[in-house]
Order: sequence, then structure tokens, then C-alpha cells
Amino acid sequence: MENFQYILPEIFISISIMLFLLVGVFKKNSASLIYNLSNISLVILLALIINLSSLDTIYLFNNSYLIDNLSNYMKIILVGSGIFVMLTGSKYIQVINLNKIEYPILILSSILGMMIMISSNDLIVFYMGLELQSLALYVLASFNRDNLLSTESGLKYFVLSALSSGLLLYGCSLTYGFSESTNFDQILINSTEFNYGTTFGIVFILVGLAFKISAVPFHMWAPDVYQGSPTSVTLFFAILPKIAALSVFIKFLYTPFANMNDQWQTIIVFISIASMIFGAVAAIGQKNLKRLIAYSSISHMGYALAGLATVSNQGIQSSITYISIYLVMNLAFFSCLFMLKRNDKYYENIEDLSGLSKKHPILSFSLLIVLFSLAGIPPLAGFFAKFYVFLAVIEQSMYFLAIVGLLATVVAAFYYLRIIKIIYFDPEKEEYETSHNIGLKITLAISTIFILAYFIYPSGITEIVSKITMI
Amino acid sequence: MNFPILSSLILLPTIGALFILFTKSSSGKYQSSKYVALFISLANFLLSLYLWHVFDKNSVDFQFVENREWLSGFINYKVGIDGISILFIILTTFITPICIISVNATITNRLKDFLIAILIMETFMIGVFCSLDLVVFYLFFEAGLIPMFLIIGIWGGERRVYSAFKFFLYTLLGSVLMLVAIISIYWITGTTDVEKLYELGIQVEYQNLLWLAFFSSFAVKTPMWPVHTWLPDAHVEAPTVGSVLLAAILLKMAGYGFIRFSLGLFPIASENFTVFVYVLSLIAIIYTSLVALMQEDMKKLIAYSSVAHMGFVTLGIFTMTQQGIEGSIFQMISHGLVSAALFLSVGVVYERHHTRLINKYGGLVSIMPRYAIVFMVFTLGALGLPGTTGFVGEFLILMGAFEKNILVAMIASLGVILGAAYMLWLFKRVVFGEINNQELKSMKDLKTFEIITLSALVIPILFFGFYPEPLMNSIEASVENTLNMYNFDLINSLASKD
Repeated sequence: MENFQYILPEIFISISIMLFLLVGVFKKNSASLIYNLSNISLVILLALIINLSSLDTIYLFNNSYLIDNLSNYMKIILVGSGIFVMLTGSKYIQVINLNKIEYPILILSSILGMMIMISSNDLIVFYMGLELQSLALYVLASFNRDNLLSTESGLKYFVLSALSSGLLLYGCSLTYGFSESTNFDQILINSTEFNYGTTFGIVFILVGLAFKISAVPFHMWAPDVYQGSPTSVTLFFAILPKIAALSVFIKFLYTPFANMNDQWQTIIVFISIASMIFGAVAAIGQKNLKRLIAYSSISHMGYALAGLATVSNQGIQSSITYISIYLVMNLAFFSCLFMLKRNDKYYENIEDLSGLSKKHPILSFSLLIVLFSLAGIPPLAGFFAKFYVFLAVIEQSMYFLAIVGLLATVVAAFYYLRIIKIIYFDPEKEEYETSHNIGLKITLAISTIFILAYFIYPSGITEIVSKITMI
Repeated sequence: MNFPILSSLILLPTIGALFILFTKSSSGKYQSSKYVALFISLANFLLSLYLWHVFDKNSVDFQFVENREWLSGFINYKVGIDGISILFIILTTFITPICIISVNATITNRLKDFLIAILIMETFMIGVFCSLDLVVFYLFFEAGLIPMFLIIGIWGGERRVYSAFKFFLYTLLGSVLMLVAIISIYWITGTTDVEKLYELGIQVEYQNLLWLAFFSSFAVKTPMWPVHTWLPDAHVEAPTVGSVLLAAILLKMAGYGFIRFSLGLFPIASENFTVFVYVLSLIAIIYTSLVALMQEDMKKLIAYSSVAHMGFVTLGIFTMTQQGIEGSIFQMISHGLVSAALFLSVGVVYERHHTRLINKYGGLVSIMPRYAIVFMVFTLGALGLPGTTGFVGEFLILMGAFEKNILVAMIASLGVILGAAYMLWLFKRVVFGEINNQELKSMKDLKTFEIITLSALVIPILFFGFYPEPLMNSIEASVENTLNMYNFDLINSLASKD
């Protein structure tokens, strides 16, 4: 039983969730209290995880739960971004009357599910974690239930996600059937010989995961859900499930299916190229900023997957670096979005940014930095993210992937430039409110400085990430 | 460790920009910001002159090298200069204060932002000429797009959005292939350090593709025919100062890149593609000169003449002769001064009369005699009259070309005649003739700051035209070294083939 100390973070967060639920039920008007408590508990959670991160690889519960460098790093950025997501959204949910006790509790449960996903070393444990996070997300997407778009997005996400979970489960059962185990390491040992059953299993599992990460051709839900959900939930969608899904992607590809890389490599390359191109092209015509960022995140996931397609530690590390920088850029972008408020109404169309730079120079400058960074222009952080990925891709001589990816960045640059054009070159509109809560300001400042100053010391993240080795 | 003079040269403008960003100007006109910017850029100019002074002109090695760990394990931040880069650095630091002084006339709104953009731009431009690592070079080379995009887009003319987008996307598209090539070089040789790469050399089988990837980027930036079409648009729509920066320095990045990287790293591929570059250069010289003849917009005419002049530059570089390359470098410096001066001159009349159409002008000589004189010097400099810098460059390039191929040299010489034709015709239509537009009569002659900026440009154009020795001295050893390396590699590879 002494093993429990290693899952202290998971235990702590589960107890907090139940406790907060009780408090919420028995104490009236405690929504704000619970929101703040949840935030504090996330900070404690982060401290607990960091405390564990000095340990070596640890297997728990009959090897079905694994704590290693990968899971620790992913959990740290997961919970860390969770804190910032909560900080930035606190004012927003008050203004649009969503400040209910369930909101923070659902976020915490979803984070718990993601932590289990990240650490799982067994198909069943993995699926449990996945469903826990998905169930919380269905509700969060439709949280603004009086809003037609929000309800639609919740329903859409539920139906499509359930379908993909079904496929995933089918893939899991095929894998289990042909490899006689649900344990990842055991599957690796048992699947040395090629057979069609496991190959089909891989395909179904990859489909399910590609759905979670919103990679083409399983991206259809993303734009509607991003647009329909409350913005704070969209921010959550844009970052946390992606981190969890990417780390599960890494885990599946490089633990149970590591021997079959000739089977899945082509699939990943295809998904990656399709996402990069589609995300870049489809975003051009968008008018809604949230919808646009949905397409943009599709193409960014393409780049993250390109690193995984290389079958090398360098590639895995580059993907992890990519998602770390990606999450900071998204945080900064959404912080700017939260600042477009006038008379208790939030604005989210590209046109609303028109001429922003005249009245709001600092906000526009942050947006400028973020957008150029998203487009991958040096010397901003986004460039280094892409640079690492292409470094890994070209090391494996996958020139086609590299050239297509870089050409897609040129296409993508167009729509980011279009937003910059609207901010800086177009005639100005009404002023927005300038008083924002301190959490939002801090988040924007930290993330913008991170993006801007990344080039001064670019080895920071790489050094941490270089400990993560899968092969 | 010695004082990091190159890094200070790179960083100083950025520090100035930050200073301007965080200080409030007491008056609404941002006079103090302007003085800060001017002070910083002049300090940088003096620093670069000092650098030239202490620079050892006889050494072929890179000097003032700084090498720091940057991307751990992969890439170092490495800067250093040789006789070629020092000239471009001085050109940059010389043009920037002139731009800042001329800001007066052309920029009415958001002056503070504009000054910041120019200073940041200066940082990136100096960085390009200093960097001795391919990744660091790429970083500076690409980063320059951001301020230039904003300069064209915010302070430009009517079709500024179109031009800014065209400029940005064209250049980015060319450059991403260079990024692929740089990363490939890293995996082929294990380093992106230029000095080490010069020693190691790159295997023959990779050179052609890598050369093409680099070429795609430099050709867009130069710009060479047929990817030159962004330049006239960008020039026409950019504010005067933007055009000056673009013509004087940004275009030179590519010429510099050709010498430093295409020739230095891929000698065999450069030899293979010589004919290809000759053809493109000749088309650029003849075709764009003819196009320039027919322009009605002054800025467009000068923009096309830039393309023709850069055609001479690429031609000279790929003659692979001492004269040709020295001529190209000289031509780039000369074009940097002359085109900057021409754009400023156009700015002078545009600011007074608000049109750039040639046929709206005429007879300026009787209204603005001083202007007519300086404009004449610049026109003659552009067409390469002996006694101006333009002559030295073109003469050396043609000498190099004659050594290699008489036909090429003859066709290129035609370009000199065409150049004289369009420049003189422009001068005749604008400055001579009757005043048929009555509004022109109210135009005032040059103001003080215009006299300062324009005469600051007249002096080096004439001085180095008569006495090119200081510049030639500086580049001679480095060019010789580049060529020696080049021939050495070439002979080696031919020997290994047999």
C-alpha cells in the first residue's frame, strides 16, 4: 500500500473535487468561493506534481499506471496551463452569468481525467481517464445552456466524440484480442509478429486519438465547438485536451505499437500533412476569431504530429516543445480576446479588432507578437517551435513533409497577417473597456514576454524536454 | 573576453527603441523621441566607424568574433566580420540616421511607433551582416520582415495593404526553402557555423539542391527577374523612408548572401549554375531597363532601375573573378547610396506637390535650383558617370564579365546605355523644360534638414567615385580569400572526379 504516495496528486485532486461539491451543495451562493478554492487546489496540485518529478520511472498497480519523465512534464504543463485558464476566465464567466459551482468542479474533474490518461499504462485505465475528461467536456461545451450555439456545440461534441470513443474502444478490443493483454508493455512484447488484427487496432485507436486532438480528417467538430462554447471553455478546449491527447499519442505510438512503426508512420505523416494544409487554407475565409483559432489549432496539431512521425527521440521532444510553446501562444491570444469587452458584452469577430492599435497600443502590440509567433516568424517563440520540429523531420530525411509543412506556414501567414492588417491598418472603431482583472493582465504579460524573449534563452525548455526518451 | 563590440552594435538600436517605447514625450509631436532615435543611430554610426578604424584590413580571417552557446548542443550565437561585411554595416548605420532625419517630412501620424520600427529594423539589418551562423543569419534575415511589413502597411500609400502582403508573402515563400536547406546542412555536416563550413566543405551531391534553396530566397530578396514584381509595388506604396531602407539596405542582404553563402558554401553548384544566373541577370538588366523607360511614376521608375542595378550585381558576383566580385560589392554600396538619395529626392517633391507622376512636373530648375543640382548628381550617379560611385562598380563588373564571356559583357553594356537613357529622360522631364503646371510655382526650394540629408549623400557618392581606394582596400583581402577557397574547392572536386 506504500505506493499511494506516488499518486498523491491524483488523490488530492479527487478529494478536492468531492469536497468542493459538498461545499457547493450545502452553502448557498458559494460559486465564487469554489472558483477560488479550485484555483488554489490546482496550485497545490502543481506543487505536488513538481515534488514527485525528481523521481525515476515508477510502475504502479500491476504496471497499469506509470509515472515517468514524460507523464511528469505533461502533467506540469497541463496543470500549469489549467491555472492560467482559470485565472483568465474568472471575470468572463461572471459577466456572462455562468458562475455556477459546477463550472470549476467540471474543470477539475476533466483535469483529473487527463492526468489519468497521461499516466495510464493500460488500455482500460486509459479509457477510464479518457471518458472522465470527455464527460466533463461535454457539459462544459454546452454550459451556456440558454445560448443556442453553446447547446449545439455541446451536442455536436457529444455525438461525434461518442462515435470516436466507440471506434477507439473497438481498436482497443482488437488490440487486446490479438495481443492477449491490455498492458502497454505486454502488448509490445506480444506483438512482435505482424498481423492484420493489431494493424486494424492501431488504425482505430489512431482515429479515436486524432479526433481528440482535432487532426484532419477528424476535425469537423472543432470549429463549431470552439465557436459555440463560452470563450473560457474554448480556451480550455484549445489547450488542455490537446496536451493530454498528444501525450497519449506519444505513449501509444512508442510503447505498445513501437515495433509496428512501419504500419503507423504513413498514417501519421498523412494526418500531419492534411492538418497543416487544411488548417491553413480553411482559416483564410473565417470571420469569427474563435473559429479562426480552431482552424489554426488544427494546423498547429499537424506540426506537433509531424514531430511524432519521425520515429526518433528528437522528434518526440520537438513535439513536446511544440505543444509547450503552442499553449503559451494560445493563452496569450485568448487573454487578448477576453479584453475585447464593452458594456458587459464580449466581442469575438475579426471585424471588431478594426483599428484597435490607435486606442489600445499595448493590447494590439501583444496581439501582434502573438500572431507573428503563431505564424512562425523569427525571432519569436513560434519560430523555434517549428524549427525544432523541422530539425527532427529533416534529420530523418523526410523532406516532403518538411517542405509541405513550411509551405503551409506561408499560407497560414496570410490569415494571421490579415488580422494584423485589421488591427493596424484599418480605421478605428469604438473603444473597449480598459479595466481588466489582475489575473488576465498577468497572464497576458507573462505569455507575451515569454514569446518575445524566448530567443534570449531558447535552451530552457529543450533541456527539460531532452530528459524524455521513449526509444 | 574582449568588449563585445558587434553585439553592442546590434543591440544598441533595440535599446534605443525600448527607451522610446517606455518614455512619454512631453510635446505631442514627439520631438524628444526623435532626438533620442537620432542620437542612438548616430552613436551607432560612430561606433561602426570606430570598428572600421580598428579593423585589420589585411587579415582574411573573421574579426571581432563572438561565440556563445545559444541553442544548447545545436547552435551557437556567432557573429564576426570581414572586409565585406564591415562596409555593409557602415552603410546601414549611415543610412539609418538619414532616414530618421527625413522622418520629419513624410510621417505625420504615429511618429513614435515609426521610430521604434526603424530602430528595430536597424538591429536586424546589422545582425544579418554580422552573423556567422546560418541559423542566426536566418533569424535576422526573416525578422526584418516584421518591421518592414508594418512600415509599408501603416504609413504607406493607397494600395499599401496589397503591397505589404505581397512583400511579406513573397519573401517568406522564398525563405522557407532556405530554412529547409539550413537544417539539411546541419544534418549533413553537423554544424551551421559558417567558418567551420568553409573548412569542411559540403559534399558535391548535395550542393545543387542546397544552392537552389538558398537561391530561391536570395533571388526574391535581390530581386531577380522574374520574381521582382513585389519590389515596384512595395516601393511605390512605402513611405519615403521605407523605400530608402528597402532599396539601400534590404536588397543588399541578398547580394551579401550570394557572396557569403552561395559562393562560399557551394562553389561547385555555383559553377554549375553560372549560365543560369547570367541569363536571369541579363534579362533583369535589359528587360527592367526597358520597363523603367516607360514608367510614369517616379518611384516606380527608380524601383525598376534598382532591379536592373541588382542585375549587374548578380552578374558580377557570378563571374567569379576578383574584379567582378569587388565590382558587385562596390555597386551594392553605390546603389545603396544612390537609390537612397533618389528616393529621398522624390520624397522632397512629393511632399510639396503630392504626386509622383512625372508629367505633373517640369521646369523645376528655375524654381528649385539647389534641388536641381543635387538631383543631377544622383541621376549621374545612377547612370554611372565616371567620377561617381556608380561608374566604378559597373566598370569593374563589366571588366569581370569580359574576362569570362564577351557576349554576356556586351549585352550587359547595353544596359548601361539604357540606364543612361531612362535616368536622363527622367531628369529632363522633371527638372528641365517649361513650367506648364502653375501650381509648381509655389514650391519652395530645399529646407535645411533636406540639405543636410541630401548633401550627406552627395559627399560619399562623389568622394568614393573619385577615390574608391578606401573601400577597395577593405574588401580586397576578403574577396581574394573567398575566391581562393572557391578555386581550391573546385579543383579538389574536379580532381576527385577523375
